[in-house]
Amino acid sequence: MKIDFSRNETLVGLVILGFCALATVADPSFLSLATLTDLLRGGIVLGIFAVAALLVLISGGLDVSFTAVAAFTMYTTALMLNTWAPGVPWFAALAVGMCVGGLLGLINGIFIAGFGLPTLIVTLGTLSVFRGFMLTFIGQKQITTLPSGMREFGRAMMVRGTNADGSFYSLPWAFAALVLVVVVTWTILHRTMLGRAIFAIGGSLESARRIGVNVKATQYFVYIYVGVLAGLAGVIHASMARVANPFDLVGLELSVIAAVVLGGARLAGGYGTLTGTLLGVALIVLVRNSLVVIGIPSTWQSVTIGILILIGTGLPAWQAKRAAARAA
Amino acid sequence: MTGSRLSNLLASPEGRLAIIAVVIFVAMSILSPDKFLSVQNMTSMAFQFPEFAILALAMTLTMLTGGIDLSVVGIANLTAILAATFLTRFAGADAGVGMVALSMAGSLAVGMLAGLFNGILIAVLGLPAILATLGSGLIFTGIAVALTGGSAVMGFPEASAWLGNGSILGIPVPLILFGLLAVILSGVLQRTGFGLKVQMFGANPLAARFAAVDVTGLLIRVYIASGAFAAIAGMVVMSRANSAKADYGSSYLLLAVLIAVLGGVNPYGGYGRVIGVVLAVLSMQFLSSGLNMVGVSNFARELIWGTLLIFVMIVNTRSWRRPKAATPAKP
Repeated sequence: MKIDFSRNETLVGLVILGFCALATVADPSFLSLATLTDLLRGGIVLGIFAVAALLVLISGGLDVSFTAVAAFTMYTTALMLNTWAPGVPWFAALAVGMCVGGLLGLINGIFIAGFGLPTLIVTLGTLSVFRGFMLTFIGQKQITTLPSGMREFGRAMMVRGTNADGSFYSLPWAFAALVLVVVVTWTILHRTMLGRAIFAIGGSLESARRIGVNVKATQYFVYIYVGVLAGLAGVIHASMARVANPFDLVGLELSVIAAVVLGGARLAGGYGTLTGTLLGVALIVLVRNSLVVIGIPSTWQSVTIGILILIGTGLPAWQAKRAAARAA
Repeated sequence: MTGSRLSNLLASPEGRLAIIAVVIFVAMSILSPDKFLSVQNMTSMAFQFPEFAILALAMTLTMLTGGIDLSVVGIANLTAILAATFLTRFAGADAGVGMVALSMAGSLAVGMLAGLFNGILIAVLGLPAILATLGSGLIFTGIAVALTGGSAVMGFPEASAWLGNGSILGIPVPLILFGLLAVILSGVLQRTGFGLKVQMFGANPLAARFAAVDVTGLLIRVYIASGAFAAIAGMVVMSRANSAKADYGSSYLLLAVLIAVLGGVNPYGGYGRVIGVVLAVLSMQFLSSGLNMVGVSNFARELIWGTLLIFVMIVNTRSWRRPKAATPAKP
């Protein structure tokens, strides 16, 4: 079997395997269901964020506002439901969150597709605007009593059990949301004309326009969809944390984008895979949760992530540069 | 081009920004005349903005080449922590100016080394600037965290406070430092071959290469300069706060990007003026101090900054598109 080492997926996959091998040697109890469920649980919110960031990267943009959208959404959703409809079931809570997120995404869409402004600058602006608006006009206090629907959703476990050593492990149903998001996004990207259009505008906006892609409509879709995903991730985050803290989440945006790029998505747009993205997220979560197992103190966590980003993006960039030099 | 002065002023992003800065200043003076116009407020503003304004200058320089430097805050904190550790270990509380100057020269060198590292990643290995500096920024911050365990380093000799808190003839030292750096950067960009090449490269990398510009050396020098600016900002923060910590000024990163863009710097490269960035810094500082006086919370400031950025972008958007013909073909 020939392994393609120029692909980021292969690299990231190998690093993950190497990391797990080292960790198992250092501490045999690393290889357990508890570690796996911890990893999966830690990957839910980051994973949904990463899928959202991937979609924007493929379309040739860069969104840094999704964490603010998520924080805004989880806070307002918890507040609105507590005030007006504390008893609604969990799916209604998620639906409300997705609507709020979608609306905020629409605002990004208006500036990006409507006014044609650069994506990074718009989302940098809306990051401040959403967060500033929430903290100024809506509230700064944590909401510790969540509406019953969200509480119920955070408590619903898919898998639950006890290890041989008596420690508990569990995986919430929220994980199913990540799976669903991945499946739906995969279908959109690879089975619909809309998905083709997203890849096309990321590859070359002008060419896409000339072959008849409705660039504006596609961009509107991308930013609204990303808003919906961010809203979903926000409500899930609050449900799992059992508290809606308006200061959470914002600040994660660059790590999420790093995870996606580590997985091989191109900053220039037009290329990226869901497999790579999920592997990138897995690696980041692994480093965050288990660095200490392989004997690196947790204070070195961000150095490790930084080095991974440089290697993960540097190797392909260097190979591309050499290939270009050889061709010239 | 009509001949009138006003339309000339309105035609350039810097002109529009000058009007915005004046309008904000006047509005704040009217809203709270006794407080905003007080000497005390003017002095406190003059001490506050230079630290992030210097970071914005670094951002401006890298954006001119079509890049970005997301590692500035990491470099600033790392150099501050190294200087701080040096001062607390090897210089007592009564150490003289010599030791302080030595520590600052050392951190400037570290900042330039960090910039060299970025430059090599970007120019030699071909990483996109945004990823290279995101990764290296994490590494610099991470080293700072690992060195200190995340806690603050304190207890410097008194001489070190001068850079951040002193005044010369009533003018705050940080302000003088910022003014000096702004004039130097502006002079270099407008009067030297290096400056011309930076703007040429930013406007069209391929054409610059064909015009026999040493692109690798150029980019490396740009990022070294950016690292040096970041180190200077780090020194000012350290001196003003009288301590150094790995997570100081983490909100300055996006603020520096925001100021550069607000100042009319084209994030795709090729256009930007230091005077625009200076005006943007002043607008931001007038706005945040003024709003503070009329009792608006810090969070509302964030909201207003974001709104201002998007508003200015909509106004500037026409002059910001790269001409189609200038887009380089992928090599």
